Amino acid sequence: MTATDHVTAVRLPRLGVLVLLLLAPLLSGCGFNTIPTAEEKAKAAWSEVLNQYQRRADLIPNLVETVKGYAAQEREVLEAVVEARAKATQPQIQVTPEQLSDPVAFKAFQEGQAGLTGALSRLLAVVENYPDLKSNQNFLALQAQLEGTENRIAVARRDYIEAVRVYNTSLRTFPSLLWAKFWFTSNEPFANFTVAEDKMDVPKVDFGTKQGG
Amino acid sequence: MMLAVGSRSMGACARLLSALVFLAVAFAPAVAADLLPLTGRVVDQAGMIDAATKALLTAKLEAFEQKSSDQIVVATMNSLDGDSIEDFANRQFRAWGLGQAGENNGILLLVAKDDRKMRIEVGYGLEGTLTDLHSKLIIENTMVPAFRAGDFSGGISRAVDDIILVLEGNAAELEARAERNQEAPEQIDWAVVLFIVVWATLFFGGFLMAILAPIFGKKLGPNRYRWLGMDITIGGSSGRSGSSGSSGWSSGSSSGGGFSGGGGSSGGGGASGGW
Repeated sequence: MTATDHVTAVRLPRLGVLVLLLLAPLLSGCGFNTIPTAEEKAKAAWSEVLNQYQRRADLIPNLVETVKGYAAQEREVLEAVVEARAKATQPQIQVTPEQLSDPVAFKAFQEGQAGLTGALSRLLAVVENYPDLKSNQNFLALQAQLEGTENRIAVARRDYIEAVRVYNTSLRTFPSLLWAKFWFTSNEPFANFTVAEDKMDVPKVDFGTKQGG
Repeated sequence: MMLAVGSRSMGACARLLSALVFLAVAFAPAVAADLLPLTGRVVDQAGMIDAATKALLTAKLEAFEQKSSDQIVVATMNSLDGDSIEDFANRQFRAWGLGQAGENNGILLLVAKDDRKMRIEVGYGLEGTLTDLHSKLIIENTMVPAFRAGDFSGGISRAVDDIILVLEGNAAELEARAERNQEAPEQIDWAVVLFIVVWATLFFGGFLMAILAPIFGKKLGPNRYRWLGMDITIGGSSGRSGSSGSSGWSSGSSSGGGFSGGGGSSGGGGASGGW
């Protein structure tokens, strides 16, 4: 009687531990990984957004110098670009992946970049008046890079918007909501780009060449 | 309106269904133009390329992929339906997955006939070789003049030649990439697999026996158990199991006649233009 009791008492916890160990990998099947995966994806997408904005900021000094050589009288526009760049790249409005859940910081960053976009599009509009500058090889190269960078920014923003949508949804919808409530309690939804400023971001110059519209 | 008509008499299930249909209809226009199906290396929806050029291009692009593993696809379409060509080209590129996975070495040359626009979309992996400036120059100097003269086949064909020229310019990188992709997923090194299996058995077998024997085995004495016909002493060593299952799996990379993307992606590199 006492002997069998002793045996079961020893056996049961060990069996329990073994069962737990075997079940541990199944946690991922319960959606335990959903929230961290979505969060890391959103952060990676944000890093790409920052990377492309930085790339644009790096192109600007060269662009300004090139334009200056041909159109020094457009001082106002050039200074506006330099100023907007300084504003957009100042360290205190940069948003690290850890600050993504802070809508205020996010808005400040977005406004800084939108200001630079506006100043740049004014500069590119002014450049249309200088045929010599437009045919300058250096300027053509810079323009191609700038266009490419604006497009990469658009793609990076689109990817970020989608990644954040998935992450925020995982915090608010049913199976993963339980994990968010009981385990990942410090996870907050990330801020996202607003559609209006997304539209504002890409300067479009239409010369009326579009056919069949 | 449609919902109100049907919902009263139908069951909950049907109501849900109609709501779903309504949602699908409501959100469909958010994505403007439909993506094209990948029918080959030259997808000519707008019918801008003549048959001879098409055959020539297909052969050329196939030979180039054999050599370098870079995937170039030429596509023409009728209308973007108000979408921007940059956005459409990127979505199309990703949907097709041009370029090898991990290398992202694909290129999409897209022409939208009614919108009179073209774009060279470059995968992540080729952004350093075919830069935005190269793409822009190819569009402005090769494609636009030919397109303005109405020579679509010639313009596209010469643009492909230019792209290949630029990609071949970096010969060392080209060869290295081709080599990497040839040997990567093809064969499993059985010596390595055997080595790992043997060592894993030796390494984890002991742990496994120590844990499982006390649980499932019959107790013979302090720290001695009999399980699966073996006497196992925990702390010392006497039992030994010799099972090494060679699991037979093979990578199924079939090389059939059909063409498909390798799983590459693009982040919006390249350039666009209009004629």
